[in-house]
Amino acid sequence: MSEHEHHILPFKLYLKIFLSLVLFTFITVWVAQFNFGSLNTLIAMIVATIKATLVALYFMHLKYDDKTNAVCLLAGVFFLVVMFAFIAIDVASRIPLESTL
Amino acid sequence: MAHRITDTDGSHYAFHYKNSNHEFEASKFGIWVFLCTEILMFGGLFVGYILNSGKYPEVFEVGATFLDWKLGFLNTVILLFSSFTIALSIRNIQIGEQKKAFNNLLVTVLCGFGFMGVKGYEYSHKFHLGLLPGKFFNYTPHTAESDSHPTGEADEKPARSNASETSHVSELPKNMPMYFSFYFVMTGIHGTHVIIGMCLILWAMLRLKRGDFDPKHYTFVEGAALFWHLVDLVWIYLFPLLYLV
Repeated sequence: MSEHEHHILPFKLYLKIFLSLVLFTFITVWVAQFNFGSLNTLIAMIVATIKATLVALYFMHLKYDDKTNAVCLLAGVFFLVVMFAFIAIDVASRIPLESTL
Repeated sequence: MAHRITDTDGSHYAFHYKNSNHEFEASKFGIWVFLCTEILMFGGLFVGYILNSGKYPEVFEVGATFLDWKLGFLNTVILLFSSFTIALSIRNIQIGEQKKAFNNLLVTVLCGFGFMGVKGYEYSHKFHLGLLPGKFFNYTPHTAESDSHPTGEADEKPARSNASETSHVSELPKNMPMYFSFYFVMTGIHGTHVIIGMCLILWAMLRLKRGDFDPKHYTFVEGAALFWHLVDLVWIYLFPLLYLV
């Protein structure tokens, strides 16, 4: 890895990524008009994840980097999913209470 | 710098690295480890937000009506554009265009100011109305005007309505202040990151003017850019969660 030269991406690619990010932002806003009930959050998160992947792969150069950096990011995401899953199991398995903060 | 070694090709690096590229890659990995901790810190807030919005959907639905999605959209585009320009500035440095790199960094900082300006406008509007987190929440809906909306529109998704028309809610659900606790803590920590990112970029601009960087040595700009992209990543998730869902 140490002999690897810095990868220079063409301007056009950066522009394409930026334009697709804006396009996906429009899609997020457009799709939010419709009410899919509890699926709303899921759909918004999927579109956001597509955008985040584009930023990470191209703007943050993960696609061309040494894979260690990608592993580092994915490890963070993995433990985020673990945190979410276990708290969700806890919250969902509780007896509902009428609570006020 | 006393402990830097100069190679035969003119590149320089700290004595404990094999070469300048080894130094660059190692430093970048360090930044990635830091970004990982950032993701987990914001992640805790996101987990709290998503689970509570599942538990108290009415709170979050009404809460989103107090935000103007157009301003959120504007800020999203501003941040995406700033990510684009900082990525370009890295490219400029890589091919030796120092002047263009400086200008792109400048545009990035100006975008940061624009973002914080819009955020400040949104915050002051909420402070004015008393839409504050936790026990500071003191908003009272104007019941007199709530009849002006035809009933057919009541079924419309509230996220699409304009934030300036806050009179559409005649009665607030219980736990309403919780939404604003999430809103202010999440956007507040994110805004702090934007300000820190702007300081880093300004610092990078000073060092660029001083001639610290060349196509082989730009570790500081790369690190600042990665941090700035992370700030953008967090906003990519915050925007739909807070303003649209």
